[in-house]
Amino acid sequence: MTSLSAKDKNTVKAFWAKVAGKEEQIGCDAVSRMLTVYPQTKTYFSHWKDLSPGSAPVRKHGATVMAAVTDAVSKIDDLTGALLSLSELHAFTLRVDPANFKVLAHNLLVVLATVFPNDFTPEVHVAMDKFLAAVARALSEKYR
Amino acid sequence: MVKWTELERSTVKAIWEKIDIDEVGPQIWARVLIVYPWTERYFGSFGDLFTITAILKNDKVAAHGKVVLKALDKAVNNMDNMKRTYADLSQLHFQKLEVDPDSFRLLADCITITIACKLKSALSPQSQAIWQKFLYAVVDAMSSQYR
Repeated sequence: MTSLSAKDKNTVKAFWAKVAGKEEQIGCDAVSRMLTVYPQTKTYFSHWKDLSPGSAPVRKHGATVMAAVTDAVSKIDDLTGALLSLSELHAFTLRVDPANFKVLAHNLLVVLATVFPNDFTPEVHVAMDKFLAAVARALSEKYR
Repeated sequence: MVKWTELERSTVKAIWEKIDIDEVGPQIWARVLIVYPWTERYFGSFGDLFTITAILKNDKVAAHGKVVLKALDKAVNNMDNMKRTYADLSQLHFQKLEVDPDSFRLLADCITITIACKLKSALSPQSQAIWQKFLYAVVDAMSSQYR
């Protein structure tokens, strides 16, 4: 897959600016959908008391994920560097199968489509899809 | 054969009822070509697909989007019989059109996202799960003659 063009980066930054203030709602919805639509992802969260959509651990994790994505947007020119310690965490401690990054990305895109139906144009969609794929690649760096 | 509960059947139908094929078909098809540009390989006869603007204005893209959604209507009305319903279309896409079946998955995801734009929060996580189960059954049926 190709890396992000200048146009992609600007599109992502401009669109992500609209997310400000809605991170918790979006993150919570994305994680809720991931667990509901792809139940195999629940296997990573057996330590949570409640895996139902909108539960407290789901909300908290959604916020964590969104904070990391927002940080990645601000460091879009060096995603590998920006995500180094998160990659180590996912590779060595959490050992999440990297295939799941794509799953979460898809659900995040679905949520963005529901929250920004007019702004989530095909142009924004492709830039965000490429960006999230690049984030997933950076997160997978330390796996092997 | 995929098993469907009453809730799943009614959810799929309820979502489908809200979709205007003529409005949404072109949007879905444009999205596929823009987000996954390698799918353009199958549409050499469609003319100008070189820019996003061109794709969004292309009449053949719009027409094809409607054709595809009309075919999806068959699935909504034949949920217990998808493999047989799509056997001929699957053959066509394999032998004559030579379409990589992975494209069906890409199309399914674009359908979901376009519907998410339309239905917004009315597409709850549970509805999304049911809708995606339905779409992946269609993808499976469309891939069934590839051997």
